[in-house]
Amino acid sequence: MIVEPQQARVVIPGTVRFLLLAFLAVVVSITSTATASEPNADSTLLETQQVEPVTSLVAQDFKYDNGERIELFWVPSVDDRLVDGLVTGYEVYRTVNEGDPQRLAILPPGANTFRDEAAEIDSVYSYYITTLAEETSAKSVATEPMTSEREWLNRDRGYLFLIAFVIAAAVIFFVETAKRGKKLFIRKIAGLEAIDDAVGRATEMGRPVLFVPGIHDMDDVQTLAALTILGRVSRTIADYDSKIFMPVSRSLVMTAARETIKSSYMAAGRPDAYNDDMVNYVTDEQFGYVASVDGLIVREKPATIFLLGAFFAESLILAETGNSVGAIQIAGTARPAQLPFFIAACDFTLIGEELFAASAYLSDEPKQLGSLKGQDVGKGIAMFFVIAGTVAATISYAWDIGPVNDVLDWLNQVFSSN
Amino acid sequence: MEHFGLWVGAFLTLGIYSFLYRDNAWYKLCEAIFIGISAGYWVVILFWDNFYGKFWIGREEEPMLWVGAALGVLMLCRLVPRIGWISRWPLAFIVGATAGLWMMNYFSSNIMAQVQSTIMPLLGEGYSASFGEIVGNFVIAVGTFAGLIYFYFSKEHKGAFGATARLGIWVIMITFGASFGYTVMSRMSLLIGRIDFLLGDWLGLIQ
Repeated sequence: MIVEPQQARVVIPGTVRFLLLAFLAVVVSITSTATASEPNADSTLLETQQVEPVTSLVAQDFKYDNGERIELFWVPSVDDRLVDGLVTGYEVYRTVNEGDPQRLAILPPGANTFRDEAAEIDSVYSYYITTLAEETSAKSVATEPMTSEREWLNRDRGYLFLIAFVIAAAVIFFVETAKRGKKLFIRKIAGLEAIDDAVGRATEMGRPVLFVPGIHDMDDVQTLAALTILGRVSRTIADYDSKIFMPVSRSLVMTAARETIKSSYMAAGRPDAYNDDMVNYVTDEQFGYVASVDGLIVREKPATIFLLGAFFAESLILAETGNSVGAIQIAGTARPAQLPFFIAACDFTLIGEELFAASAYLSDEPKQLGSLKGQDVGKGIAMFFVIAGTVAATISYAWDIGPVNDVLDWLNQVFSSN
Repeated sequence: MEHFGLWVGAFLTLGIYSFLYRDNAWYKLCEAIFIGISAGYWVVILFWDNFYGKFWIGREEEPMLWVGAALGVLMLCRLVPRIGWISRWPLAFIVGATAGLWMMNYFSSNIMAQVQSTIMPLLGEGYSASFGEIVGNFVIAVGTFAGLIYFYFSKEHKGAFGATARLGIWVIMITFGASFGYTVMSRMSLLIGRIDFLLGDWLGLIQ
């Protein structure tokens, strides 16, 4: 059985009823006022939300670069106007490999291009632009995923190519000149003049020659230069019937050194005197190699030591050990940090460029002499621009002369293309 | 086991230092251990890093790796005297590629970057430079020019040219002197490291 609750009967007095009605009237009035003001608020909000995004956003790979640039083009928002414009700027966003968006830049109103210069050729990129207004923003449609590409020609290096072309042309010119029989002058380089004497000394003393080609592999041009000198040294050794030993720290250097010495012995007409054991691999470990060479020096007591190639912390250890056994030492490297040690502890030192000039100097061949003369043309160009650039910079900063400023800008542009 | 390692390390360190007195059997033993272990270590490293890590893992995605592998196989032809001459091909490839790659690097660093760094106003921007800056800029410009003159091989070092070249070699030698002092100080840290090992880790005399 369901029992329904009894309804209560409430009797409201007349005064209270009047007050209640008055209160309701006030509430309705306030509510109607607020309702009337709402359309204004809505219209303001609609205005700010109506800022339009950019359109026609296109991302394309920058042509003729190293693959690090992607260019963006777009049509600015229709609200981007000089008069009554709503747009306060644009934000460029990038997603890499579908990851989280990264803001790349904030651009001023009116911008319609952007160049991303930090792209990597193995990544997939997508971009979008956010149009900024006072209280709102609008995001554009994102570009299709794309990658940047590395072209065969890099336009940034145009001036570098031009200067290299001039020097290469000079090399060819001098090579052809030398081939026609014209004598090309090269000044004397003391360290290289001493090679024959140093090998002769070893022969007279009946002691061997030690050749250390540095601790880098065949992918270092200093090692190549060292092996070129080795060709000449081993030829002299073969002629004098002296003895050479050459511990190396790279297997490829061992192979190349054996080939070089073998060729020299054959050129000297003494292939029978050549032995593969003249060159032996020790270890790739820097100080393991040094320990071995040091031991070799004090046990074999070579009369002449060549330290030519790429050296690091071992340079002074080797040079001092060689010095302690009274060997005449000819050293050479292009590493500025090691040259002071060689200069301090060796009899002759080939400083940087002299090491690379050695092959041409020693060979006396037209090709190599022409190459050396061509390099001198390069140095001449460098000297000219050092003077011209310094003068232009001094005048430009001191007196601010327009044409000189232009020349300075151009020079900076040329030599920054490296 | 840790103590055993410390004792072995100390034994080898002192053995190598004994060379400072003279060549001896202890040094020879340490030298042989060092060379043997390091050579073996590098074989393992090169195998896992180069052969396995680069070639074996990436052989399907990167066809060019097969070219490198083929050149490596050609190098092994040296082991057979009858076809040993084939090993010259990969060697020639390495030498040629190295020369080509380095050519542009040297153009870039030895010419372009060098000249760009030297182009600077001697008087300073808007006369704002201090006396020291002006002297510094002057030394850089003149020093670079004189240094280039020294390395110019096509002309005898005589007369004004010779004097400029001598100035160039003076600038180079002063630079080397500063570099010498700086590098010697950094090498001292190697010695300090070994002494720290002997007196601290091994003997516990310093904490």
